[in-house]
Amino acid sequence: MSDSPIAVEQHGPELLHHFVDAEQQRDAASLGMWLFLATEIMFFGGMFCAYLIYRYAYYNEFAAGSRSLDLKWGTINTAVLICSSLTVALGVRAAQMGKRKLLVILLLLTIVFGFVFLGIKGKEWHDKYTEHHIPGHSFNADDLVRDYPQIHIDQQHEQIYFSLYFAMTGLHALHMIIGVGIFVFLTYYAWKGRYTPKYYTPIEIGGLYWHFVDIVWIYLFPLLYLIDRKPLG
Amino acid sequence: MFDNFPLWPVRASTGAGNVDALYIFLLALSAFMCLAIFTMILVFATKYRRQRGIEAEQIEGSSALEITWSIIPLGIFMAIFLWGAVIYFHERTPPRGASEIYVVAKQWMWKLQHQEGPREINQLHVPVGRDVKLIMTSQDVIHSFYVPAFRIKQDVLPGRYTTAWFRATKPGVYHLFCSQYCGSMHSGMIGQVTVMEPAQYEAWLSGGATSGSLAASGESLFQQLGCPTCHRSDTQGRGPNLAGIFGKPVQLEDGRSVIADENYIRESILSPSAKIVSGFKPIMPVFQGLVGEEQLNALVAYIKSLSPSPVGGQGGVSLAPKPQYPKE
Amino acid sequence: MATAAITAEREHYLNKEYGIRSWLLTTDHKRIALLYLISITFFFFVGGFFALLIRLELLTPAGDLVQADTYNKLFSMHGQVMIFFFLIPSIPAVLGNFLVPLMIGAKDLAFPRINLLSWYLYIIAGVIYIHCIVTGGVDTGWTFYTPFSTAFSNTKVIEAGIAVFIAGFSSILTGLNFVVTIHRMRAPGMTWSRLPLFIWAHYATSIIQLLGTPVLAVTLLLVVFERAFNLGIFDPTRGGDPLLFQHLFWFYSHPAVYIMILPAMAVESEVVACFTRKRIFGYNFVAMSSIAIAVFGFLVWAHHMFVAGISLYAALIFSILSYLVAVPSAIKVFNWTATMYKGSISFTTPMLYAFGFIGLFTMGGLTGLFLACLGIDVHVHDTYFVIAHFHYIMVGGAVMGYLGGLHFWWPKISGRMYPEGWGRLAALLVFVGFNLTFFPQFILGYMGMPRRYWQYPPEFQVLNVLSTAGSTILAVGYVLPMVYFLWSMRYGKIAEDNPWGAAGLEWKTSSPPPTFNFDEAPEVTWEAYNYEEIPAPAEVPVER
Repeated sequence: MSDSPIAVEQHGPELLHHFVDAEQQRDAASLGMWLFLATEIMFFGGMFCAYLIYRYAYYNEFAAGSRSLDLKWGTINTAVLICSSLTVALGVRAAQMGKRKLLVILLLLTIVFGFVFLGIKGKEWHDKYTEHHIPGHSFNADDLVRDYPQIHIDQQHEQIYFSLYFAMTGLHALHMIIGVGIFVFLTYYAWKGRYTPKYYTPIEIGGLYWHFVDIVWIYLFPLLYLIDRKPLG
Repeated sequence: MFDNFPLWPVRASTGAGNVDALYIFLLALSAFMCLAIFTMILVFATKYRRQRGIEAEQIEGSSALEITWSIIPLGIFMAIFLWGAVIYFHERTPPRGASEIYVVAKQWMWKLQHQEGPREINQLHVPVGRDVKLIMTSQDVIHSFYVPAFRIKQDVLPGRYTTAWFRATKPGVYHLFCSQYCGSMHSGMIGQVTVMEPAQYEAWLSGGATSGSLAASGESLFQQLGCPTCHRSDTQGRGPNLAGIFGKPVQLEDGRSVIADENYIRESILSPSAKIVSGFKPIMPVFQGLVGEEQLNALVAYIKSLSPSPVGGQGGVSLAPKPQYPKE
Repeated sequence: MATAAITAEREHYLNKEYGIRSWLLTTDHKRIALLYLISITFFFFVGGFFALLIRLELLTPAGDLVQADTYNKLFSMHGQVMIFFFLIPSIPAVLGNFLVPLMIGAKDLAFPRINLLSWYLYIIAGVIYIHCIVTGGVDTGWTFYTPFSTAFSNTKVIEAGIAVFIAGFSSILTGLNFVVTIHRMRAPGMTWSRLPLFIWAHYATSIIQLLGTPVLAVTLLLVVFERAFNLGIFDPTRGGDPLLFQHLFWFYSHPAVYIMILPAMAVESEVVACFTRKRIFGYNFVAMSSIAIAVFGFLVWAHHMFVAGISLYAALIFSILSYLVAVPSAIKVFNWTATMYKGSISFTTPMLYAFGFIGLFTMGGLTGLFLACLGIDVHVHDTYFVIAHFHYIMVGGAVMGYLGGLHFWWPKISGRMYPEGWGRLAALLVFVGFNLTFFPQFILGYMGMPRRYWQYPPEFQVLNVLSTAGSTILAVGYVLPMVYFLWSMRYGKIAEDNPWGAAGLEWKTSSPPPTFNFDEAPEVTWEAYNYEEIPAPAEVPVER
């Protein structure tokens, strides 16, 4: 009575009852995830806007703050995320080809990369803590003032750089944590054999989300770490 | 209109009439549009009310009509925009030679300082027929200086100057309101603007105890803070010579060129590294937290007075010639 | 047909399952719509209660009913509750959720579980906000302007900010659901040009919800961070810019007003078409106007900042753009009016609300022209003129649209007719009460009475008294429908499938609909508003 006759014949348990067929369900999921990513762009966009305005106004402080970040760890993290996007893409392919074990391995690798990223980010934040670069009452940028005598550093403006640094990387890290959580679920269900060449939509849209979080980092990295890395002299 | 039940604000400035004229035009236009649409609806509702045996006539639409009733309103809107833009441009362009009053807003009072020296709190005395420019800043949150009788309003921001201007046309006492919500006593941050005949205003000016002109107190503060050490009146100083710089372009070391206006002077005192003059080193100490808003106003007034151009009507520290009262 | 419905109780979405679990864990869009109906009605009365206290205080010039700080909290929370917890969800989450799948011939929305999540997010946000109210409230104005909200207010800014943040995600998910559903789940034959205008308007609304709300979310997040961690992003003493907050805030909050009005326009189109028994005049233009409003609505935000300290040139640009966005709204009003020409008009309660909507929205929209005008705005910005303007649109427009829609689809939603006489009386009370409340405020505003004033100079008193008197009539007009809608669920006349003889797929299924909406999947071979093919009901159903 409720399902049209055609749908009842051809679908498995993963076809939700309100969809006419699997293709409609897949299209809906895909469109839904792309729209959600558009909202995420607007979400990060607000912060990028604030960043752009203050960077234009307080370039020197932004440059000095940027230099105080450890380029080595930032680069490693960028490489880690790019690799994780590779494992995600390969994972989607594995699902398409029905290779369950390979899929599980790739998803686990992605999670590992995610944890590595978060771990390194935690270390970087800790470094900022020891250097007294966390905005607030204990903020102290005397070290930057000392290191760059040729430009005048206003410590209040420097705080704005670090406020944006923590807000942006913090929001990004939150999205990474959510991404890792999603992938834990995906790994579990993949191991249970739920994803087949006929139905791997969650892998695909989970992958889209992960790629998006990766792309946000690819913007954050140069904006935060690479403002002015010319050799000083 | 009615004594205790007024329906229209009094007009007491040169700008008020223009604003009211546009407003009345818009009222008439709106009344006409409402009348037209409501009448049509009334007529249709009556004439085409449901009657047995009479069916509705399915009409798809009419592109001609759609275009007409899009283009005509658009044209009218552009006319309104232009008219309003002209008034706004006039409102935001203080005339040269206007007297200047420095306003500092704080929760929850208005502090006003005349150039000649007198200070007022929640009161502003001005003469009829004189261009008055308000240079305003806030000590805390955003406020807004609103005098309905003059039809002027301008938000007053912490951290920078904003300006407004008017020329009063009618002696009387008018409301001054804070019109940007600013906390507990926002509705208590009100005062009065008293417009007086010129002779009465002069009497009021000389009647009160004055502590010297604003520029004079700025000059003594300038000395006190040690500014002449670097800002000498020759080219040998470690800081730029400030004589004559107000209102002129300044070349910065990063290649930009900015006009030395009130905001520039203020920023250079509070946050000198923001704009370094070309050829000088970034060594000026930061005065943020060391000078209050009223002191800043005095310093700005002093530096302005070092320019020969007739800003504010008062030049230098020596007594200025009596202000002119331009004909209406 | 009516007798069959009484004697053999047919299964439909309301009686399919009973018990609180079947409601709290439902994924049926129709049940979720009712969950929203109950929740937003609750918040409507919370916000309305604050409004009543405000109007009582303003009866006298002196601040003598409540303290200044309390008054500041009252208007702040009135605004936040009404906008974020009532108006923004109202039509989309109640009528949209209920009708979008029905109107396009689908069994449910694309993501039913996300739909339920959206309601739970709303409830969580609501609980946090109620907690905020009872533990002290917030006094920043609904606009959270910095640096007052970040560095000076002593109230629960963080809590209010978090609540609104979460409510924003509820709104985003609703919008996401609608866009995907409308794109992917239309029944065979339901092409874009056959969609009811209700769907077009909700589509446009959803685009705004998707793209605008995240900006508000991140802005409030920055305010919360600044307050919690003592950052200095908006603090001028530390090089921050308070104007940056205003730009980011209004970038969402202006499109937000279109989130509130477009759904009411959606209802207007359906009701006018039905009770003139005609296709809406200029269907294409009305549909495209919805999209134009959504697009242009994103380009005008700084018209809230003409005296805030923006540059002259920015002001000129935003003023011109604000006039452009007025054109599509005007087009809609003209088209609805033109629809009445040579129609066959009935004066049911929904139609009375529709008439009221056109009148009041026209007045509100025209006063928008005043505000977009730079020279005038300087004088009336932040005065009661602005308050009157937006209440004409949001209450005279959006709320009347909501009430009209509730009445129109009530038979479909509940299977019962509401009492028509009481419905008309309530509509009249709302219309009269509304005008008496808000028209005097235009005069007050031009005279110079600033908004958010706890106390005011005595010459403003007479108009304030008139306004308060109107608000009491308005309150009665709002309480009546709540009473008789509840009454009708038990004692109302049983409704047929299509009591109004209306066009639209929702009327082709039973009242109330079965859980999966249609006994047989529909196939559409006709244009929207095919009133020439639908017989008019012999008489408009009335009580008794």
